[in-house]
Order: sequence, then C-alpha cells, then structure tokens
Amino acid sequence: MASMINVALPKGRLGEKVYKMFEEAGYGCPDIFEGRKLVFESRDAGVRYFWVKPSDVPIYVERGAADIGVAGKDILLEYAPNVYELRDLGIGKCRMVVAAPKGFTDDSEYPLRVATKFVNIAQDYYASVGRDIDIIKLNGSIEIAPILGLSDVIVDLVETGTTLRENNLIVYENIMDISARLIANKSGYNFKSREINALLEKLQQTAQI
Amino acid sequence: MQYDQNVLTRTERRIFALRTLYSRAGYRSYRMRKFEDYDLYSRNKDFLLSDRVITFTDTNGKLKALKPDVTLSIVKNIEDSPDIVARLFYDENVYRVSERTNSFREIMQMGLECIGAADNQAAAEVISLAEQSLALVAEDNDYILRVSDIDLLIFILEDMTDSRALQSDLLKLAGEKNLHEISRLAAANDIPEEKCKTLIGLLGLYGDPEEVMPKLAEICRGTVAEAEVSELQDVLDRFYAEKERTGAGHGRHIVLDFSIIGDVNYYNGMAFEGYIDGIPECVLVGGRYDRLMRRMKKKSRAIGFAVYLDTLGMLGRTAGDQAIESFFGSYSAGDEEEQ
Repeated sequence: MASMINVALPKGRLGEKVYKMFEEAGYGCPDIFEGRKLVFESRDAGVRYFWVKPSDVPIYVERGAADIGVAGKDILLEYAPNVYELRDLGIGKCRMVVAAPKGFTDDSEYPLRVATKFVNIAQDYYASVGRDIDIIKLNGSIEIAPILGLSDVIVDLVETGTTLRENNLIVYENIMDISARLIANKSGYNFKSREINALLEKLQQTAQI
Repeated sequence: MQYDQNVLTRTERRIFALRTLYSRAGYRSYRMRKFEDYDLYSRNKDFLLSDRVITFTDTNGKLKALKPDVTLSIVKNIEDSPDIVARLFYDENVYRVSERTNSFREIMQMGLECIGAADNQAAAEVISLAEQSLALVAEDNDYILRVSDIDLLIFILEDMTDSRALQSDLLKLAGEKNLHEISRLAAANDIPEEKCKTLIGLLGLYGDPEEVMPKLAEICRGTVAEAEVSELQDVLDRFYAEKERTGAGHGRHIVLDFSIIGDVNYYNGMAFEGYIDGIPECVLVGGRYDRLMRRMKKKSRAIGFAVYLDTLGMLGRTAGDQAIESFFGSYSAGDEEEQ
C-alpha cells in the first residue's frame, strides 16, 4: 500500500498558490480553505497538508514531522536546514537586494551598518565581497531603519519595489533571485521515494516546473 | 553469573547486540585509554562533525582534548600494516557540540573499522555489517542503507571545472539533490552542457542496485568516471556473494544514491548512510577513508562506519506517520462532537 505524503505548506498567499499547483496535479484535499483547521488529509489522493508559519516549514521537514514542504529560497538560505531541495516551483518570485536612500555612497572607511531580518544572508553576501559590516537584526518595518539613521542600508526582499519607493529607497545591489522551493526530509525520502517522485512527475506535467 | 536482561536500558541492549555481531564477524574491541593531543583534532578538523573540541592542560603542560571522535585515534595509534587486515570495533563516549542544543554533549558512539589490506572484499564485508547493524537496532521498523561511490561524484566534478571553490559549491548542491541550482551554476560558469548532464544524470539515480547499475554504466560511459563504475560493481558483486555465502541479512535494504557527499580530503570510494523509518536523521555513517590514511602518512587502506546511538534514542519519540495517524483519529472525533 502506498504511504501518505505529509506536506508542510506556508500559510498565506504563497501557500495557497502552491496548494493550487498540487490540486491541479491531482493532490486536492476537500475543504482545505474552510474553517480554522491547520491539518487536512485526502486518503484518496494519499496526501496530508499542514498549514504552518512560512519560516517554520524547513523545521517541520528537517525534523520529519512533514515529508516534504514548500519554502522560499530566502528562508532556506537563512536557516540552512539539512534537507533535500528537489524542485524550484517558479512561483513566489522576488529578489533579495541591498536597498539604500537615494544618493547613498558607501564610505569604506567605516563598517557599513546593515539592517535586516536575514542576518546570515547579509553576512554571507558582504563576506563574499569583502566588506566589513555592522549587522542590525530587525524583525519588521526594515525600510524605516535608514530613514531614522539606524542603518546605512537594508538587506531585504523586494517584489515590486513599491514599498522601497514610498520610503525613498532604491535598489543599490542585487544579491539573488528568490522563489519557492520544494524540500524533502533526507530520511523520509528513502521510505517514500516512490510516492514523492510520483508527485514530482505529476507536478512537472501540470505546472511545467 | 546470571543476570536479568531487563535491567539493561535500550541503548545498552543495542550495544550488546552490536558487540555480539561484530565479535562474531571477527572484530576485536578497541579501547581508548588516554587523551589525545589537541593537535590531532585541530589538524584534521574537517574530518570531525564539529570543529569545536573540549580542551584541557595536562600535568606536563600539554594541551589535550576530550575525544570528539574515535576513528582519528585508531588511525593514529594502529600499526601501519598494509598487507594484513585489522578488524576493530569500539563503543565510547565522544564529546562534541550538538547541533540541536548548540552546546557540548557526551554522546555514546559505536563504530567499526577495517584497516590495512582493506580491499573491495573488505568493503563488501563492512557494508554487509552496516546493513546487519541497522537490522539489529531498527526494532521492526523499516530501514535503508544508502550506498554511493564518492569518487564518481568527485571525478565528474573535477572534469567539470578546475576551480576548487566551484567544485565545493557544486558538491554542496549535489548533497541537496538540488539539480535546478546545479544547472544554473554550471550555465553561469560556462561549464559544457554535456558535463553538467552527466552530473545531473548521476544524481537522478536512486534505487535497487540491480536496476540502477546499468543506468549508471550508461551515464558514465566514455567519461572520467567509467573505471569507478566497475569498481563499484565489483564491491556490490562481492557484497551479494558474501550475503549468499553467510545467509546474513537480505540485501534488499540497499539502495544506490549518489548524493552522499563527504570531505574530498579524507574520503574516497564507497560511502554509505543508514536510515530507519521514523527517525528523521541518519543513524549510521560510513565509508572508505584512504585519503585520511595518506594524510596521516600511513600506507594502509581503511573503511569503517559509526552508529549514532543517541540518534537511535529518537525511535518512537519522533514526529511522523504514527503520531499523525493517531492525531487524525482524535481530530475527526473532536469535529463530530463539536457539531
């Protein structure tokens, strides 16, 4: 008998888009958007879904509570979970950038003050370009940091650039492109490889990933 | 003296079962009786799971360490006899930083080393013992031993690029089965498409050796990795012949998977990892480490594995299907009551 695949989906807009992809591939689950339940299953489709906080998806997968999950590349780079990254789903696209106030010039005599939620990504990036930085970890409203003089620049995700423009910031440097990735637990993959590979094949057919 | 087996903990029972298996296979117990110089670990820090080591100053002023690993000590202390095979096993406490708690932990580790004339026959024997070890500790749960030949990956990467940094980036992605990023990185660095295709083909293979080996031979035909395919086939042939001869284990828990990675400065040839259904992490890690022997100025060859007894402690306590099944039962019942 085929095993059920446990899938951790990120709550919110991205998770809903991902679910639609899975549904079109034949892994639909009735009533998934109704009520406030966080777990759903469809025995016929052989799948269970858990709605979890986007940044927690890699934890659920790494620790084996879910066999597979979908997380943004930004979260995977920031937390570096020990998981397989099986597919780029090509949705949830945005960019990780360095943004700065218009007219900003970098004074290399001093460490650059960088405000960000993504401490590891920012540190890795600036280490790769050999720039000394003073990192300021914030949890939200990052764009306000340069306005108030808390930082020189910010490292953050940009989708359309509207928030940056409204706060008088511009993209100073591109760090990398980001999109949603399908990840799998390294142990669980061995015991459900047939089911997971079948799902990947169906996704490939319907969503051309 | 008679004793009641019920007084033993689960970990102690596992240790006795594994000791019995290894002793019967002709392996002798190795005990570490002294502390090593810190220098041994600092020179080989990439061989260790974590480079952080607990140090102390001995009475003569020398900097010593609490062992984070046993293999390095065995390699250092064993006589270099490349014409005979030394078969050793150990169960020792090691001291290293736990990834989960980010603090030092005392971890019980059991392992086995085959050093000296450790040829393909020895490799087949060690893989067989690794599979039997999993069978002993899995407690009725399914288990899988993933087997690879790490040189296949290394030769293909060296053929793709001369850049060590790029090889290292590609190796990391190989360990994640991250084929889309490999394609992007290869394209961005002008690596010829056919070379990238060989790597992607290799990483796409997974499954029963009988099904995978012909596909592997096809992918590697005419490439730098061709000779290594024959080497792997030879080890597998010997492994199945050994199974036939001893009737030990079934061999049906072996899968080939070439996404196993290791530090190229230490490991070469066979590499394997053991998993038990219900434990989200690897419980057994092993492989050939002739390159470590050369670094330590030894002519002997070597292959071995370690069983992580602390990780085995997660059996029955982890998240997964069983917990979810029982949750769904109560969840549905709760729904009905509410209505």
